[in-house]
Amino acid sequence: MAKVIVYPPTSMILSDLVERMGHKALVVPEAVRKLVTQNEIDSPPLNVTPEEPKKGLRYAAVDVPSGVRGRMALIGPLIEEAEAAIIVGDPGCLTGCAGCSRTNELVRLLIRTKGVPILDLAYPTDDAEARDFVQKIRTFLEGLK
Amino acid sequence: MLVTKYVITSTESNILPSDIAMKIYGSKYDVRVKETCFGVIVNGEEEVINSLVKEIRDLDPAGIFIKDRGFPPGDPRRCRGRRGGGARPGFYMIESESKMLPMISRALASEGKEAGAIPEKKKPLPIKRLEEIVKEG
Repeated sequence: MAKVIVYPPTSMILSDLVERMGHKALVVPEAVRKLVTQNEIDSPPLNVTPEEPKKGLRYAAVDVPSGVRGRMALIGPLIEEAEAAIIVGDPGCLTGCAGCSRTNELVRLLIRTKGVPILDLAYPTDDAEARDFVQKIRTFLEGLK
Repeated sequence: MLVTKYVITSTESNILPSDIAMKIYGSKYDVRVKETCFGVIVNGEEEVINSLVKEIRDLDPAGIFIKDRGFPPGDPRRCRGRRGGGARPGFYMIESESKMLPMISRALASEGKEAGAIPEKKKPLPIKRLEEIVKEG
């Protein structure tokens, strides 16, 4: 079972297909859960403490907006953990923690420079493309140890 | 550790969110369930949720999709009832991807069956070929 990071990091379709095919999908909600469901909330409401942007400093410079560093505090450790990646280009609709274009550029860059196997795809627009989409993901995931 | 998952049904699935909720109510599992318009949110211990999710997926393997959620169901930090209305931030991604679910469901259902060849997209006419056509004319 490989740990596969998906982009967009909040994608339902990609995380479902990865889990369905027996691998572990690395997704942002897991990182959010660790923060917001702790027994002690140090910084209500979302428990984003001053430590989070500091964690983000490992991935982005200090003059980068704190929003990018805050997001990277969640997504960066997932990238470090990843053993493979599935990237869907031009996802169309990204909001919430995945709604920052600069962060998304950095996430894609870090995934590509990490040197793990990467599958690049586009969201399907018809049935034939959907079959191809699922087939490519299955073939890619079956090739992982 | 308590985890929360979305169980989302494809619009073409014969399984309704209420069917899933009723199955969970009638099951042996000690979990919290919230029914929504697009599926259900389940919250409970990780091992319990994982085995429950497998059982739910068996209802319609190609038409039911699972997604992780960070916040527990009804959490005042995300529940729109406490935030003055409006969809919660993560809903837009689900809404956007839900439109593709019927296609993905059909693709998953057709796996193993012989699928037709994927037609190649029409490419624009290369400039060299266009120049040749002009010279021929």
